[in-house]
Amino acid sequence: MAMLSGIYGLLSASLFVTMDAVDVAFTEASIGAGISTLLMLTTIAMTGRTEHSVRHKPLLALAVVFVTGALLIYATLDMPYFGDVMAPANLHVMPRYIQDSMAEIGVDNIVTSVLASYRAFDTFGEVVVIFTAGIGVLALLSFARRPEDDAEISSDNISMHEQNLIVRIVSKILIPFILLFALYVQFHGDFGPGGGFQAGVIFAAAIILYAMLFGMSVARRAINQTFVQLFAAVGVLLYGMVGVVSMLNGGNFLDYNVLSEDPVAGQHLGILIIELGVGIAVATVVIIIFFNFADRIDILKHKVNKKL
Amino acid sequence: MMMILGLYNYWIVVGLMMIGLYIVIAQGNLVKKIVGLNIFQTSVFIFYISLSKVDGGTAPILVDGISLYSNPLPHVLILTAIVVSLATTALGLALVVRIKEAYGSIEEEEIQIKDNQEC
Repeated sequence: MAMLSGIYGLLSASLFVTMDAVDVAFTEASIGAGISTLLMLTTIAMTGRTEHSVRHKPLLALAVVFVTGALLIYATLDMPYFGDVMAPANLHVMPRYIQDSMAEIGVDNIVTSVLASYRAFDTFGEVVVIFTAGIGVLALLSFARRPEDDAEISSDNISMHEQNLIVRIVSKILIPFILLFALYVQFHGDFGPGGGFQAGVIFAAAIILYAMLFGMSVARRAINQTFVQLFAAVGVLLYGMVGVVSMLNGGNFLDYNVLSEDPVAGQHLGILIIELGVGIAVATVVIIIFFNFADRIDILKHKVNKKL
Repeated sequence: MMMILGLYNYWIVVGLMMIGLYIVIAQGNLVKKIVGLNIFQTSVFIFYISLSKVDGGTAPILVDGISLYSNPLPHVLILTAIVVSLATTALGLALVVRIKEAYGSIEEEEIQIKDNQEC
């Protein structure tokens, strides 16, 4: 089931490409097909894969679904046709973004300029939401590890991870390139599809790959959890500080025009820094989420082993 | 006939959305409920992206010689929404893990029975 939802994520990503939304497709491919599936699998590993199929009143549910669906279909009859240039959604702010964003922002990728400049306040909100979710997972799943448990768990892990030799060697070669690609996506967001959100997820994926193949204890030695948590806050703060600095320079919150003598250069600088903030925040939060899930598995296994 | 051809994107969205809703209502397994929520979310994403599609337009990256682009604004909204959906999924799954530890089950009915016993 989790694999199916992963395939579904990849399919919807390709659907987005056919509808010209390359940035969105990029994000969906890395998140829907990658990280979400992974989290589902780790959860299933903890909760057990068997299901007692007690469905409750499928007829009632079906009735509700059909009535809602029929009403929604009825509502679509008033909607503009697919691909209509004159659709109301395409008449309001879109022409301004397309015609003026080059002169005002100077960034080729309109999605980036809308994301990071015109609607920077929104994006700030999203980053804070992600940060909050990271804190939530931390609050729900984290616990203090005792050192003696740690040693036993790592000995468990080493015996387990000595298998899969080929996968480990190949991935070890791949990981630096994945990290490099993440940085490329991060800084190339101005010119092509990419940006902080995608780069953060790809960066985190490389580290998660490492943690999966070499075990949590090894990964923990390489990546300090406290450090990661600190950086999640630094990412959000970096974004907020840009806003505060532009306020101190006499502009509005997150108004990059005042960051430099030349408004366009100011916009470039502002976008670069906030994309960096987004990238750091997303990458660290995804790492935090995965590490806490994986730690739970280790501890559960350890408890089971102890009982045996 | 034109009407059916012109509106098919919305109908796909409604179909997906109802599949998601049905899973959320009818499945007792909490992980499956979250998958249902994910399908529901994706249908909303597809709805927004299909709104932004313009016939003959290209991806919204400025290139000389092209004047027709698809609408970048829904792309931005959905891009951030996808990342937020990851965060909410993770939070939901974390809750599921805790429920499993507290009740020993992730089936809605069994949790309900245990709750009733404690009262």
